[in-house]
Amino acid sequence: MTRHERTVDVLIVGGGPAGLGAGAELAASGAGRVEILEREQTAGGVPRHCHHGGFGGRTIGGGGATGPAYAESCVAAAVRAGATLRTGVTVTGWAGPLTVDTTAPTGLERITARAVILATGARERPRSARLVPGSRPPGVYTTGELQQAVHLYQQRIGTRAVVIGDEPVSRAAADTLRVAGVDVVAMVTDRPAPKLAALTRPSGDRTPVLGRTIVTALTGRERLTGVSVRHQDGRTATLRCDTVVFTGDWIPDHELARRGEVTLDPGTRGPAYDAAHRTDRTGVFAVGNLLHGVESAGVALAEGRAVAAPVLRHLTAGDWPTGRPAVAVDSPLRWIAPNLVDPDGGLPLRGRFVLRTDRRLSSPLLVVSQDGRELHRQRLLLPAVPDRPFHLRGDWLDRADPGGGTVRVSVH
Amino acid sequence: MSPTITTAGELTVDEPPGSPVYDVTVVGAGVVGAAIARELARYRLRTALLDAGDDIGNGTSKANTAILHTGFDAVPGSLEARLVREGQHRLRAYAAETGIPVERVGALLVAWDEEQLATLPALLAKAERNDYHAARLLGADELRAREPHLGPGALGALEIPDESIICPWTTPLAYATQAVRAGVHLHLNCRVRHIESGDDAHTLTTTRGPLRTRHLINAAGLYADELDRELGHDDFTVTPRRGQLIVFDKLARDLVDHILLPVPTAAGKGVLVAPTVFGNVLLGPTAEDLDDKTATGSTADAIALLREKGRRILPELLDEEVTAVYAGLRAATGQEDYRIRSRPELRYITVGGIRSTGLTASMAIAAHVADLLGGSGLDLGTPHELPPVTMPNLGEAFPRPYQDAGLIAADPAYGTLVCHCERVSAGEIRDALAGPVPPHSPDGLRRRTRAGNGRCQGFYCGAAVRALFEEARP
Ligand SMILES: Cc1cc2nc3c(=O)[nH]c(=O)nc-3n(C[C@H](O)[C@H](O)[C@H](O)COP(=O)(O)OP(=O)(O)OC[C@H]3O[C@@H](n4cnc5c(N)ncnc54)[C@H](O)[C@@H]3O)c2cc1C
Ligand SMILES: Cc1cc2nc3c(=O)[nH]c(=O)nc-3n(C[C@H](O)[C@H](O)[C@H](O)COP(=O)(O)OP(=O)(O)OC[C@H]3O[C@@H](n4cnc5c(N)ncnc54)[C@H](O)[C@@H]3O)c2cc1C
Repeated sequence: MTRHERTVDVLIVGGGPAGLGAGAELAASGAGRVEILEREQTAGGVPRHCHHGGFGGRTIGGGGATGPAYAESCVAAAVRAGATLRTGVTVTGWAGPLTVDTTAPTGLERITARAVILATGARERPRSARLVPGSRPPGVYTTGELQQAVHLYQQRIGTRAVVIGDEPVSRAAADTLRVAGVDVVAMVTDRPAPKLAALTRPSGDRTPVLGRTIVTALTGRERLTGVSVRHQDGRTATLRCDTVVFTGDWIPDHELARRGEVTLDPGTRGPAYDAAHRTDRTGVFAVGNLLHGVESAGVALAEGRAVAAPVLRHLTAGDWPTGRPAVAVDSPLRWIAPNLVDPDGGLPLRGRFVLRTDRRLSSPLLVVSQDGRELHRQRLLLPAVPDRPFHLRGDWLDRADPGGGTVRVSVH
Repeated sequence: MSPTITTAGELTVDEPPGSPVYDVTVVGAGVVGAAIARELARYRLRTALLDAGDDIGNGTSKANTAILHTGFDAVPGSLEARLVREGQHRLRAYAAETGIPVERVGALLVAWDEEQLATLPALLAKAERNDYHAARLLGADELRAREPHLGPGALGALEIPDESIICPWTTPLAYATQAVRAGVHLHLNCRVRHIESGDDAHTLTTTRGPLRTRHLINAAGLYADELDRELGHDDFTVTPRRGQLIVFDKLARDLVDHILLPVPTAAGKGVLVAPTVFGNVLLGPTAEDLDDKTATGSTADAIALLREKGRRILPELLDEEVTAVYAGLRAATGQEDYRIRSRPELRYITVGGIRSTGLTASMAIAAHVADLLGGSGLDLGTPHELPPVTMPNLGEAFPRPYQDAGLIAADPAYGTLVCHCERVSAGEIRDALAGPVPPHSPDGLRRRTRAGNGRCQGFYCGAAVRALFEEARP
């Protein structure tokens, strides 16, 4: 027995907010047969297991619906618009430039599309990828695993936890732990401790946030017994706990993109793409967290919707730009997205680029230049802080030379 | 015959009631003990295999470099040299028969300076003395053509075309499965604490009560010296020599085609870069002499050292994501050979000091031990064929269930993926949980299926896999 071969007009890999947003918009605008493939049994992506509010607002944690409700509304919108949504179907690799192989309980398929949209999301780096030494006992989680364990499977977690990281998702992890009846004894971050007071513990005390502190080892054999840390001033301590959650530190799920020889941006580690969400592979678009580690679900959904117009344009015109200049950042900036200049002069979502910084910058002056020529300078009014998005206007793009060298963004 | 595997409660036999009496008891269900039990299963003997842990292969055997060695660099004339050479052939054939993945990728001993380059001919000669005749010298250009991602400065190499990579987890599992299928009793969570030796039997005091056995085989790995001392022998001391390793993402696999070995020095075999049968790339191991036999943790210093060495060998490797960091402990005894010794008058065999080649040599060690047992007054009788076993394929170079249309058509569970990074299906997890030697922890399940072993380390599948494990628990 072999693979069942089929064709569709647009194939979307990943049924999270980004893929569902793309599917809904494309199906509604008459792109033909639009099919979304999701490897989980239920579509909706990460929000399915984020049982806290904060979805649909512009920033993570800022009001709005709960994750599952948000996921359901994304699914409903895609299906209502006429997209075909298939769950339990994993795209396992490429069999041609716009042809993928899939595995599902119903069998193996080989699907060829006129355009492929990658929307495979991002994950948190686990303890091993962060090279945290020590023993390897049970009790070590990422937020993603923790949230699924608590909200989807009602599993027992532990009694005392330490949360590593200080991103919005770290707070979500701490909340999930509290819901699961786990005492969060400390949050640890290698960055300066935020002013914001941390959570309240069952004892009535506040959870201390240990800033400028790194995790030096995990201890315990049958079960985690502690997290050893070192403060910037050299003091060391071991925090007694049976659970540790490594939060944030995002890495796009770029396996399929890389296997398809899509060039990645060195900063984001997601596919390099332009304002029209085009990668450097003809007919292959990318949207959502795959492009930039973590943004809010609202941004992922909006990117999904925004890709519809360029996909439709491509389906009719069929052309694809080559040799676009990259947009790159200088340290301490970490990355910028999009990171290719769109030669058609298109602007990114909401007319602005998203950036991240490695360290706090108070009202930085961002300077954009290409081949020694300054294209734009812009002072940010608010400080830029690590792990939070900040933005650069895109209205200088028409001054960039589409045939020129790399466009550099630096801080002055 | 339904296999006898016990994990809790007093050790008893049905008929007559009381503490069990075995002809032979093997202490230690690592790759060596399991291989011995399998070998003994061919004879009409009442054999027991005991382990202190909750699973087979849960000691040193789960955490090695997983290379099927040719033995080209062993000490010529040593017992180890012979058993590695022989074991390699036996295990290769056994793997082909049972479906244990093996890939003959070949090794390159890379010389990074003139001094190392100058030692290659001597290593070639040593390989010949070890009866290995396929090795040959490569110049810098040919080396670079073979391994284009190698760092700058490599001057040449010795090629060992038969060095292979193998699955370290299904190997002991295949042995244990075949052994219990053929009637060997496997007792887990069963640590031997004391031994009383009488005229016709040893009485082992275990954490699960007494057990009597006529013959005793000590395959206790790191603890073989302590078990020896229980019987009054003080021949050697096991010093744990830790090896820490870094596993890189599967996306790094295209960077390397061979096992890249360093030219050995007095300090040991050194740090290698090697593909794994799971499609990852290994960097390691370190060699650190410790005194704690439980110190399988990793350290910041070793990780930094490995990264520094790896950067020289394969610079691009360091840009790839790390999937896992782990450590194993070799059983060093201060002698460059195995410490296998039979004491026929005591009906006791020590299989100690199985240092850094035990996976490769396991089947040959087992055959050697059976010979020694035959020579110590136990009538083995004639061997019979063992029931065949087929292992689930965990290897990336061979078809996996998620790629098999026929299998999925017959049973859709093989098309339902649970662990996405490693592409492990619900069908495989179900099979492992219901297998003849089932796992007793999510970690044991991971070693039987690869579930949870991938780049996300459970971000996506951790909770789902744990739920399947808990569901299947009796
Ligand atoms: C723990 C956590 C808490 C968060 N909290 C908030 C919050 O409070 N508010 C907020 O706005 N945002 C929050 N976010 C961010 C938000 O969840 C993401 O921005 C959003 O889910 C990104 O959508 P996406 O579609 O790009 O990716 P995902 O939601 O990750 O979806 C990607 C989908 O692709 C599927 N997939 C991947 N590879 C394949 C393949 N080969 N074949 C088939 N399917 C595949 C995956 O199974 C997945 O369902 C949180 C994120 C996390 C991880
Ligand atoms: C870093 C590293 C790399 C290596 N690389 C390779 C390689 O590439 N190729 C190769 O061939 N070999 C390699 N090896 C060597 C190989 O892993 C070992 O030789 C082999 O696993 C030893 O098996 P074993 O059965 O003797 O020991 P173990 O696997 O340790 O088994 C001993 C068992 O005895 C049990 N036990 C101990 N005391 C008691 C007691 N009192 N009562 C009950 N049970 C007890 C333990 O629980 C344990 O399960 C490597 C080793 C290391 C550490």
